[in-house]
Amino acid sequence: MERDEESSGPMMEMCTNGGGEETSNRRPIISGEPLDIEAYASLYKGRTKIMRLLFIASHCGGNQTMQLEALRMAYDEIKKGENTQLFRDVVNRINGRLGDKYKMDSAWCESVDRRAEQKKGRLENELSSYRTNLIKESIRMGHNDFGDFYYACGLLSDAFKNYVRTRDYCTTAKHIIHMCMNAILVSIEMGQFTHVSSYVNKAEQNPETLDPFVAAKLRCASGLAHLELKKYKLAARKFLDVSPELGNSYNEVIAPQDVATYGGLCALASFDRSELKAFIPLRFFSLVAKVIDNINFRDFLELVPEVRELINDFYSSRYASCLEYLGSLRANLLLDIHLHDHVDTLYDQIRKKALIQYTLPFVSVDLSRMADAFKTSVSGLEKELEALITDNQIQARIDSHNKILYARHADQRNATFQKVLQMGNEFDRDVRSMMLRANLLKHEYHARAGRNH
Amino acid sequence: GLCSSEISKTIGGMSSTENLITSIQGLSASSGDLSALHRILKGAEETLRADSDLELSTLEELDASKHSLGYLYLLDVLTCGPMSNEKALDVVLLISRFISSCDAEQIRIASDKSTASAKRTTTVLIDAAAAADAETCGNQTNRTIISWGDDDECYCFGLVVVSLCKRFKDRVLELEDPLRGVAPLLSAVRKVQVSSKRLTALHPDCLQLCLLAKCYKAGFSILSDDILEVDQPRDFYLYCYYGGMICIGQKKFQKALELLYNVVTAPMHSVNAIALEAYKKYILVTLIHSGQFSVSLPKCASTAAQRHLKTWSLPYTEVGNCYNEGKISELQAVVVAHSSDFEKDNNLGLVKQAVSSLYKRNILRLTQKYLTLSLQDIANMVQLANAKEAEMHVLQMIQDGQIHALINQKDGMVRFLEDPEQYKTSEMIEVMDSVIQRTIGLSKNLIAMDESLSCDPLYLGKVGRERQRYDFGEDFDTVPQKFSM
Repeated sequence: MERDEESSGPMMEMCTNGGGEETSNRRPIISGEPLDIEAYASLYKGRTKIMRLLFIASHCGGNQTMQLEALRMAYDEIKKGENTQLFRDVVNRINGRLGDKYKMDSAWCESVDRRAEQKKGRLENELSSYRTNLIKESIRMGHNDFGDFYYACGLLSDAFKNYVRTRDYCTTAKHIIHMCMNAILVSIEMGQFTHVSSYVNKAEQNPETLDPFVAAKLRCASGLAHLELKKYKLAARKFLDVSPELGNSYNEVIAPQDVATYGGLCALASFDRSELKAFIPLRFFSLVAKVIDNINFRDFLELVPEVRELINDFYSSRYASCLEYLGSLRANLLLDIHLHDHVDTLYDQIRKKALIQYTLPFVSVDLSRMADAFKTSVSGLEKELEALITDNQIQARIDSHNKILYARHADQRNATFQKVLQMGNEFDRDVRSMMLRANLLKHEYHARAGRNH
Repeated sequence: GLCSSEISKTIGGMSSTENLITSIQGLSASSGDLSALHRILKGAEETLRADSDLELSTLEELDASKHSLGYLYLLDVLTCGPMSNEKALDVVLLISRFISSCDAEQIRIASDKSTASAKRTTTVLIDAAAAADAETCGNQTNRTIISWGDDDECYCFGLVVVSLCKRFKDRVLELEDPLRGVAPLLSAVRKVQVSSKRLTALHPDCLQLCLLAKCYKAGFSILSDDILEVDQPRDFYLYCYYGGMICIGQKKFQKALELLYNVVTAPMHSVNAIALEAYKKYILVTLIHSGQFSVSLPKCASTAAQRHLKTWSLPYTEVGNCYNEGKISELQAVVVAHSSDFEKDNNLGLVKQAVSSLYKRNILRLTQKYLTLSLQDIANMVQLANAKEAEMHVLQMIQDGQIHALINQKDGMVRFLEDPEQYKTSEMIEVMDSVIQRTIGLSKNLIAMDESLSCDPLYLGKVGRERQRYDFGEDFDTVPQKFSM
């Protein structure tokens, strides 16, 4: 059945927007279940896995079970590595609540530290010998090894320095890319996203030499950087450009589910309708398969069906269900280490866009029905609309007596006349002022000249 | 008995004064005779001043309208010294009659050096402000404010009648009856004016009297002239300042803004008291008229003004900034905090008007967002006490033409309407036409001024001297060679 929501043209008074008709394709609304931490953690590897688990532990509110689960998994993961600082951290936070298996293991710490010292010594010797021999490639690998070593120990800035130092010893494009990828990884872990952007740019300078995996990874990194810097539109574009071949290959940084979620939410918050259509696949509201607009992103969205659904709802003007999905996802999104700071802003922008889009096709809108669609009170809705009108994002006025919103189209002709008259008056005033000032200056000349003679 | 000088006069035959009277009576007909008379009068000035016989009654022999030139000179001599209050009354009456009946052509002929008198009179109303500023600033900074005419002694050839009128104004003020002087000075301005585009030295005096006598309408009639040429900067500043105050009194805030703007942006090397007072009022009038305040002065203002005016008017800029935020209660708090400053400057009334204009500004903003609104809602959003007050404000705004609306008292609702002006009537076409004509006229004036400036030797000399600074190359020879140093 063809859905034709655009048939409510300017002559129709009001139309319930969304939610009226049930189609057989519509899935029931799924509420976001509490996060399955094990499943979530299995998406990642390396340091990010640990950091994400620790983030969840510190941000899950009062949920003890979740916290302890996260901490337990973090403990297990840390013990597989060589970062004793993190180990001590997590033991403190567990605070004995997980029993004997998960308490301080000083023996392990000492042996790891000792091994680290030995390795450091060995690496230093090797590096100095390479240096005296002046073999570029060896020096490069020496610094690289140091970088890896420091990264594993958790000394991120030292790691970064070493990776960057390999730059002087890079001889091929592959080397440079390798260095950039390492620098990007460490910068992301350090939270310095301006570095991320610059190293992505550096790596992308030779596009021919990039293999598709690297290209996809770079786009993810770039997208992340833009997200953190609050440039949501750019972030969306980058994420949507990631080729699906990425799969799990970058899971020391990001999972494909994240690409879908971040990209989808940013696109929803910042794209206008035509851009949304071009990038987001829309085959779910029509039996006749429309042109699949973005094959790539569809594959990603399959991984996060709720995000896919809410984007479809938004595009089809089913705002109530869209906002419901958003609401249910919120708790879990707040546990995501990168999205945490941006959830509220993105949600706010999406809601605003929904309000604007709702009112766009109509001459008048019944505020009480609109308030139902947006799950808010009429007076709350009035306030939100007032703010949007002041910002000039909606051209309308509120009939507060009857609680109706009326579209208001500026009369161009009158506005032009008004402007013309105003300009005439301003010209008048400015020219007269100017002539007076010129007169005064002239008088000053003459007076001065008079005195000088 | 008779004193020796009188005896010598009578012995010598007719006294020189009587000679003069007969000359005046005889030579007042044609312009050739008048120039001869003028020379005689100029020559006789010394003897006239020395003649203690000369009395007001002598003037009865002359006719003010026919013998204006001579009458003027005698009046000038008779009134220049100090006098008692009764004599002042007679003098004032006499001068009024003279001004109303004199012949404009004749009085424009008489000119002499006028310096001191002009200076003294202009500082009368400004002194209060200057004194207040002197208190608030330290010694060092006092020098940046010059009260008028301290070191710039301009020797100008003013009209005798102008100095006469200024003396007249002083007398009227001494008698504390400014109303007497309004009509005479009004007609004096008209008679002295060569063209309605040119400012005379009498304009500020006339406006001053109108202000003191609270005859705002009379003062406003002078202000409707388009002044384009100015001889003396100080006359101009005072004209604009007083003019601004009169417009404020008439609630013609647009014109007041124009006049005050002209003072504030006038070229000046250092800030003076008039510009400062004008700036304070300018801030308040901007708030009342356009509701937006910006601390930075327009770019065309002099650098001295841009740097210093703000520092001397801090309470006002604070009011302006607070106004921009839009919250009534905060604005009122600021006003109360600085009320002593405002009172000292005599600006408290204007400040109160600015505060009430904020209500209007906020209601105006509501019309952009709402089609209908209850009076109670308006009161809540604009921070008024109750719906009744909201109704009063809305009513006032409708009457003033600031908004278009209908009040439904039964429901307590206000319906905001669009501006009904459709720009389709013949009146509107006439308005547009007159604006176009005016614009064309002004453009022509501007071009003419530009052309005359490019022929002005002084200006060319300056550009020629600075020519070395700008390396125009061979192609750009903007100034003829003879003007280069």
